Amino acid sequence: MSSEAWAETLILIGVLFDLLGTIGLVRLPDVYNRLQAGTKCVTLGTCFILAGAAVWAGGALAMKAVICMAFVLLTSPVGAHALARSAYRSGVAAWEGTVVDDYRGHVERLMHAPTPMKDEATALAQTEIA
Amino acid sequence: MKRFAAFPLFLLVWMGLTWSLHWQDLLAGVLVSLVVCLLVGRFVALSVLPMLSPRRIFWTLVYLPFFFYHCVRANLDVAYRVLHPDTPIRPGFIRVETTLPSRAARVILASSITLTPGTLAVDLVDSSLYIHWINVRGKTHADYHRAVVAPFERILKEIFR
Amino acid sequence: MNWVYLAAAGLFVGAFLCLFRIGRGPSAPDRAVAIDILGTLVVGFCCLLAIRTGQDFLMNIAIAWALMSFLGAIALAKYLEGKAFDE
Repeated sequence: MSSEAWAETLILIGVLFDLLGTIGLVRLPDVYNRLQAGTKCVTLGTCFILAGAAVWAGGALAMKAVICMAFVLLTSPVGAHALARSAYRSGVAAWEGTVVDDYRGHVERLMHAPTPMKDEATALAQTEIA
Repeated sequence: MKRFAAFPLFLLVWMGLTWSLHWQDLLAGVLVSLVVCLLVGRFVALSVLPMLSPRRIFWTLVYLPFFFYHCVRANLDVAYRVLHPDTPIRPGFIRVETTLPSRAARVILASSITLTPGTLAVDLVDSSLYIHWINVRGKTHADYHRAVVAPFERILKEIFR
Repeated sequence: MNWVYLAAAGLFVGAFLCLFRIGRGPSAPDRAVAIDILGTLVVGFCCLLAIRTGQDFLMNIAIAWALMSFLGAIALAKYLEGKAFDE
């Protein structure tokens, strides 16, 4: 297979994954499930598109595509995690079909705790640096 | 002085991004890398540079294909659930205890399980991870641990030993 | 080069599905999630544009967009949680 055929295959697979992710975003019942479908499929799909561009062009564009892939892979799970946590803490209810919820107890304890989360985080950051 | 230990790394990334060896580009890269060192050098010197030992690089290279395989499997799994007419999901928030010692290892574990089959890390408190699982199987914390974190933990333990 | 247009059409459909979720989303986090995913789709779109025109500065836009959409997602998450950006 020539390099253009490889690039074509990779990019079309990537677009297919992107489409599946966005279909999941529309079809699934609550924000956490949507986040699951969206993050996983769209991250991998975009990585496939970037890989296709790297194969197609080579040189400077390929290097930038690889760096961009690393950024997307590192940032998207962190973003998803932050959005899921804030959604839960801002009180978005999970879908009624949710079978277990171990997280509720932790969040309720935090709401009534005297020390806010901020102090814990800054204390940790300071011990890491010291 | 420790914060300048990451200087070559920043310069390499800059050279990759500009993709030229002209002296003007290199001079700009040196200046930018110095500024970046002053800003975040301390964090990178603490967290990234200890990763560059041969044993850790070897286990990272073992980890990447393994991670990629699980990543693709996760996507096919989500695709099946999304395209199935009744969307067969059984979601739940579970808690698992991880035995990994360092904070960096736990963060990497959380990011990995976010990108792999049906799981999304919601919160990380000390050694317990709260995870949203799209298809909960099993009843006890031991079941959850075996199904969700055990395969990744085994390799991450080698990297962060 | 027709496959590039086919891929772009696929991404357009995906972007419209995201817009549907942004408009419809019953809660604010639903919209935030859709915005985050739309940002990642735009990275893919910049990539296709770089292939079609053969100009690699478009990849710089893709990198910057990826990082900016991450910052946006974090800022939205902090806002939804009711915190300031530096907490």
